[in-house]
Amino acid sequence: MIQDLLHSQPGILNFGIFFVLALVLLLVILGFVTYAILAERKVMGFMQLRYGPNQVGGPWGLLQTVADVLKLLLKEDTIPKLADRPLFILAPVIAFAPSFVVIATIPFTDKLQFADIGVGLLYYIAISGLTTIGVVMAGWSSNNKYALLGGMRAAAQMISYEIPLVMSVLGVILLTGSMNLNEIVAAQENVWYILIQPIGFLVFFIASVAELNRIPFDLPEAENELIAGYFVEYSGFRWAFFMLAEYVYMFAMASLTTVLFLGGWLPIFSFLDFIPGAVWFALKFSLVVFILLWFRSTFPRIKADQLMEFGWKVLLPVALANIFLTAIIKELLSLF
Amino acid sequence: MLRTEEMLLNVGPQHPSTHGVFRLVLKIDGETIKEAKPVIGYLHRGTEKLAEDLQYTQIIPYTDRMDYVSAMTNNYVICHAVETMMGIEIPERAEYLRVMAMELGRVSSHLLWWGTFVLDLGATSPLLYAFREREMILNLLNELSGARLTFNYMRVGGVKWDAPEGWVDKVREFIPHMREQVKGYHDLVTGNEIFLNRVKGIGKYTKEDALNYSLSGPNLRCTGMKWDLRKNEPYSIYDRFDFDIPTREEGDVLSRYHVRFAEIEESLKILEQCVEQFPEEGPVIAKVPKIIKAPKGEAFVRIESPRGEIGCYIASDGKKEPYRLKFRRPSFYNLQILPKLLEGESISNLIAILGAVDIILGEVDG
Repeated sequence: MIQDLLHSQPGILNFGIFFVLALVLLLVILGFVTYAILAERKVMGFMQLRYGPNQVGGPWGLLQTVADVLKLLLKEDTIPKLADRPLFILAPVIAFAPSFVVIATIPFTDKLQFADIGVGLLYYIAISGLTTIGVVMAGWSSNNKYALLGGMRAAAQMISYEIPLVMSVLGVILLTGSMNLNEIVAAQENVWYILIQPIGFLVFFIASVAELNRIPFDLPEAENELIAGYFVEYSGFRWAFFMLAEYVYMFAMASLTTVLFLGGWLPIFSFLDFIPGAVWFALKFSLVVFILLWFRSTFPRIKADQLMEFGWKVLLPVALANIFLTAIIKELLSLF
Repeated sequence: MLRTEEMLLNVGPQHPSTHGVFRLVLKIDGETIKEAKPVIGYLHRGTEKLAEDLQYTQIIPYTDRMDYVSAMTNNYVICHAVETMMGIEIPERAEYLRVMAMELGRVSSHLLWWGTFVLDLGATSPLLYAFREREMILNLLNELSGARLTFNYMRVGGVKWDAPEGWVDKVREFIPHMREQVKGYHDLVTGNEIFLNRVKGIGKYTKEDALNYSLSGPNLRCTGMKWDLRKNEPYSIYDRFDFDIPTREEGDVLSRYHVRFAEIEESLKILEQCVEQFPEEGPVIAKVPKIIKAPKGEAFVRIESPRGEIGCYIASDGKKEPYRLKFRRPSFYNLQILPKLLEGESISNLIAILGAVDIILGEVDG
């Protein structure tokens, strides 16, 4: 549907429809962020013998995040005296903008996708790498030693985990023969890639948690060591932007995992195809998000040097071996 | 030209992992610590000086506020010192109540340590599990003394109140429950690969170092030194109980972790025996004069608190207030080795090493 629009003649009506659709997607994502935060607090609450939010908006705290965001917007916006002002102001925007941009390529169902580009996967990885710049910028410009340490950790971590992340999906690309996310999903018609590419999936999932800066890889913001890491000097809506970026990335990464390894909008068994694709997508996607939340309340934090070691000495070789193995098996299968 | 420089980093006095108002001035090169200088005294209240103007019974609530995580042992040490000077015989029932209160306190103190230590390493859930059981202990102690943390329960000659009806049975029920939970804690954290990587082999010191730095408690026993005042210099009625002194040989953070968990088990053993042997009836406080006056002279007693040897020195000139009072506060002494341990470590290790020392700032600053 959106594809037809993209290929149609430019006009006020088409533009209008497209604009409205983008707005709807934006609202969906913001809605997700709002309730992902609530879900995170609730899930963690249940796992930690607490209730979680239960005051604002009924017994489930449905309006808790809304109230929190309002509070953040009303907060005084402080900028440290010795901070690098332009960079300090720019950093949250640079960290946050790419998180929305990457979502354009995610195929939520076979009809609902905003930009069906040939190198969708590459686009996602390239754009999401930009966020690191914002994070390092924030760490540097705050003129705070903890922020600086956090920024440096972020730079080191994100660069060294981007590589295994890319390498781990190469197996999928080899099998599909395309970087187009739609085709990757279509190729999983019979069996999901999580079953054919289990090693690739493991490496991808671990690297994606590291990319998301979540426990056990939340070193750049390591609360107990660096207080808040790179955004320690931020407050109010600037801080909210960093948080927003983090949760939008969670949305994007969970979507990407679903698309690459869990068969996107395809049903588990083909006789269940009367259930719409969007529902399947939402289910699988929620499962991935839940696992991320589960991680957070279970694991301790890894050490900085161990993190680098793990990335370069374990994940990368394993990912390379996976590519090799996939290529050989594919070649052998094509012989017979 | 490109160059690197050392950075001076203030950790604390307000920092999530210093457990209070403790400050560390670090010289760091990247994330490597070149030099660490602890700065203490932010919580100094002058307990020892204040005590010189207080009667002996009035000093007891001040000791609650030193090691506020295990106040019962502090209560005991001051009472024990005065009793030693006056030569008071403590009634049987009071001794049992004291030992039970102290051992419950030890369990709750180690639980709190476990929760916060693992929280420092980034795992958020264990803290809340630890607090669940700690809450049960606090409720028990609350029933006994009327307070959850600052008990003010012991008196020179015995304890303030007898246990309420059914209290001993509640303790009896608590012991197996706690054993079950300790197993759960081990399942949750001890085997975790990330956790082991963070604590194994770091913050190491030898037995000689530990003795030279005057370390005590789990910080000493983790190096293989079998030294526990409850066994080596039995006070109160500890000579009646059958329990072990858990030790480890490695001397690293993980060994301290294991020693503390083993101590929880041993404390439960002692509690079990206490509950069995608990005298049916009897007074809970000895006959002591209305106004307590320690005879002229001086005395030093030491006991085993969860953090190490807590000592109390009293010099008396025969008045109702001490002439001079001095506490040997184990957290303060245990902290001495920190600069040596931190040299060359990273910031992540700093958190683990500092956490494993188990300091309570109220006690460090006195």
